[in-house]
Amino acid sequence: MSTQLDLVPVKPTTAIVGEPESRKRSRWFQLLVNDRVAAAAAVVLGLVFLTAIVGPMLVGGLATHIDLDNSNQAPFTLAHGLANILGTDPLGRSMLARLIVACRTTLSVAIPAVVISAIVGSAIGMWAGYYRGWRETVAMRVADVIMSFPSLLLAVVVLYVFSPSAANIVLVLAITRIPVYLRTARAESAELQSRLFVDAARTFGASAQSIIWRHVLPVVLPTLLTVATLDFCYVMLAESSLSFLGIGIQPPDISWGLMVSQGRTYLHTAWWLSFFPGLAIVITTVSATILAAWARIATDPGQRWRLTVPQKRLSRFTKTTKALS
Amino acid sequence: MSEKLLEVRDLRKSFQVPGKKKLCALDGISLDLGRGETLGLVGESGCGKSTLARTLLMLERPDSGTVRFDGIDPFSLRGKELLAFRRRVQMVFQDPYASLNARMSAGDIIAEPWRSHKSLYKSRRDRDMRVRGLLDLVGLGAKAADKYPQEFSGGQRQRIGIARALALDPDVIICDEPVSALDLSVQAQVLNLLNDLQGQLGISYVFISHDLSVVRHVADRVAVMYLGRIIENGPTEAVFERPNHPYTAALMSAAPTLDGAQRKERILLKGEVPSPLNPPSGCRFRTRCWKATEVCATTTPPSAVDPEIAGHTAECHHPLLQEGSALVPA
Amino acid sequence: MTAVAERRSAKDLDADPVLEVDGLTVDIRTITGTMRAVNDVSFSARRGETLALLGESGCGKSMTATALVGLLEPVADVVAGSAHLADVDLFSVGRAKRREMAGTELAIVFQDALTALNPLYTVGTQLAEPFRIHYNLSAKEAKSKAVELMARVGIPQPETRMNSYPHQFSGGMRQRLLIAMAVALNPSVLIADEPTTALDVTVQAQIMALLRDLRTEYRMAVVLITHDLALVAEEADRVAVMYAGNSIETGPVAEVFANPQHPYTKGLLNSVPVNARRGDELKSIGGTPPDLHAIPDGCVYQARCPLARDVCATTRPALDSVGPNRKAACHFPEEVVNV
Repeated sequence: MSTQLDLVPVKPTTAIVGEPESRKRSRWFQLLVNDRVAAAAAVVLGLVFLTAIVGPMLVGGLATHIDLDNSNQAPFTLAHGLANILGTDPLGRSMLARLIVACRTTLSVAIPAVVISAIVGSAIGMWAGYYRGWRETVAMRVADVIMSFPSLLLAVVVLYVFSPSAANIVLVLAITRIPVYLRTARAESAELQSRLFVDAARTFGASAQSIIWRHVLPVVLPTLLTVATLDFCYVMLAESSLSFLGIGIQPPDISWGLMVSQGRTYLHTAWWLSFFPGLAIVITTVSATILAAWARIATDPGQRWRLTVPQKRLSRFTKTTKALS
Repeated sequence: MSEKLLEVRDLRKSFQVPGKKKLCALDGISLDLGRGETLGLVGESGCGKSTLARTLLMLERPDSGTVRFDGIDPFSLRGKELLAFRRRVQMVFQDPYASLNARMSAGDIIAEPWRSHKSLYKSRRDRDMRVRGLLDLVGLGAKAADKYPQEFSGGQRQRIGIARALALDPDVIICDEPVSALDLSVQAQVLNLLNDLQGQLGISYVFISHDLSVVRHVADRVAVMYLGRIIENGPTEAVFERPNHPYTAALMSAAPTLDGAQRKERILLKGEVPSPLNPPSGCRFRTRCWKATEVCATTTPPSAVDPEIAGHTAECHHPLLQEGSALVPA
Repeated sequence: MTAVAERRSAKDLDADPVLEVDGLTVDIRTITGTMRAVNDVSFSARRGETLALLGESGCGKSMTATALVGLLEPVADVVAGSAHLADVDLFSVGRAKRREMAGTELAIVFQDALTALNPLYTVGTQLAEPFRIHYNLSAKEAKSKAVELMARVGIPQPETRMNSYPHQFSGGMRQRLLIAMAVALNPSVLIADEPTTALDVTVQAQIMALLRDLRTEYRMAVVLITHDLALVAEEADRVAVMYAGNSIETGPVAEVFANPQHPYTKGLLNSVPVNARRGDELKSIGGTPPDLHAIPDGCVYQARCPLARDVCATTRPALDSVGPNRKAACHFPEEVVNV
């Protein structure tokens, strides 16, 4: 009796391993929830954004309400009213309210700067990396020129010559940050040229544009998002530095950096004037950095498994050093 | 006698290497491919088979020589005509892990060629149906369309690659080591699939492989490449049983076979493949050839035709015509 | 233990095996549970002989090799079994003894020579290293030994090439260098893990010839790990076929290939396109290997086996003797000929 060992079509169900079908949105949510620290950071950032959006509407009046009787009151006491829980500034304005209003200003400088520099820098970088040749050389030299100026110094000069309006600040910060995205995008794009699936796309006649859009961008995007999140922190601090130096946000507008600057002379007597805005900057940047680290893992299909188990069990399976055992 | 689908004559391609040196990848390649036929391309690393594959796919432009595809020279086409022409030649890649974009689902990967050829399947429904049809054709179920490459095994990924190559209904598929990265049992499945598809759809294959037993099984004709030239060309059985060129004989001898215990003395070549940057003068193989004489260093060897088998040629001053000994057991 | 006793009592041995692996079991801790990568594998190798561990990817052959030389990943553990090399059980001795034996008794050649060699050191330095570590030679003496070694493995102009870096050699030359490093201290056992998979066929022939010569000259036992049946047929004396972590058939190569006693071996032999002509259909083995996390009770091969019956689902067949010096793990070895 002979048995047939003929070709048996492979049934998809027997061999496919991996995640069960689930909707995309809930999958991202699940990935976030699994990393508790990142989830906390996301909550914090969410609160910050919420504050920036609705805060000024609620407490705007309080932020400008001058009350000289209550000037420089210490925080953490309800003696002077709920609004002054974080103390008051020399003009008696509520610190809490000012922090909230400053949040919007700070973010409204940092976010547009990051978005503009990310889009412009990445686009040029991917285009240069795809074509190589003279386009790449020109783009890299331009990036080198921009990078060779100390960015803060450049900002100081530009803002001194032109007026330090919010729009100018955004523009100058965006320009100085373009090289970071350009170089990252170019490097990844250039490396992808040698990948087989790009060659495959060329064989069916895909245009440069569609290859960049379909193959280069999705691969480059996670890295760019991480860079953008870290850059967000840098831009926030840069804006704070500029305001600290007096050429950033001008009073009566306030930003966290400006608040730190204004509290400088009172450091010994009214420490809270600089402390709370500084703390706000730290909390926002640290949360953004943590979320960036999470995003880098979550958007990489190869690394995503790290977020699919609770953190406690993870440590048993990460590699440590090998010894001849 | 099938009409020639693909005719290549005297194809040459060099690359500029840093340091002002020229790397001659293809040095006068001529070959033919008929409809529904499989041409096996055999050679070791550095022989130029990848460059030849890329040139046939119009990913590289040759320096000189002619390519006639169904009578048309594809390198003279531009724009829309070139795009339409690209549909006729497709490729299955060697590495099933690197040739699929891990961020696209299997269905997207297979449908990707149509994005550049929008006129083929206009509605989404048509495209989905065609994707399902292709997945069935290669032995994966329609459900596979939503899964990502990392959820498949190596053999299944290669099937996705084959489905993608079939998406544009090509006339020729260039298979670059399609089964080298797969396990033995899976190799057999994929080879059977390629065979079936050829029977059903009448596709021609250019099958590049270093595995001689696989080539023997799939190819009608075999061309052996060495340092940018085709040094032997002929019907498969002829080339395997009665190799005319010493290099082919050495290749056959070096490749292990299951009944190898019965083989005769193995030919061990001296040294390694010379660098393509500095190929030997005259016959390229002379530095390792045991039959080399002075004439081999001075003149390029002519194309010697095997008197007994039509279409079997080898470039050698001293071809193994007289010996005809079976260096590989029958 | 009985396996060892059996071997010692067999009469047609010409020498005692230098390496005896008995019941080796390796588990890997993964996110989704513990996975048995190697399950109760036993084999032995004699001096001057080549034993092949044959199997497809995922069968556990490389894991067996790394377990023997002590290079397992931290998440993998040897949970059972012994490996006696020169009367020392590799899994019971401490690290110091293990390090002492590395290179002098047991050596390994890996597949990818480019990653196995340090790109920052010259080849001469790397070849001299074993001598400096184990024999405490001076730098000059060790270098001259390295030159000798390079000449022995067929690298031209060794005195000048000693100062080259690994990337300046071709693939075949690098593999020779790896082999040189492995045999430098005249080990008793040489494990070759897919040594020629990445090489051209003519270079492969040269490397295998070199290994054969060295095996005779140094009287080593060679354990050849590969998935290439033809290579096993030509180079190996005995073979142990592995599937899903288990050793399912062992014996002399010629006999096993001529008359396999396990359906998987038969299936493998059928799927190799030897003597197949244009247009022949290759008999392939349907399905795919089992998920090692969920190995079924009974025989590991039952899902793909044309001879599978009820008993195969309940009882795991032991590696039993099916002839002189031959073993197979199948309930119905006599029916394999019909497959």
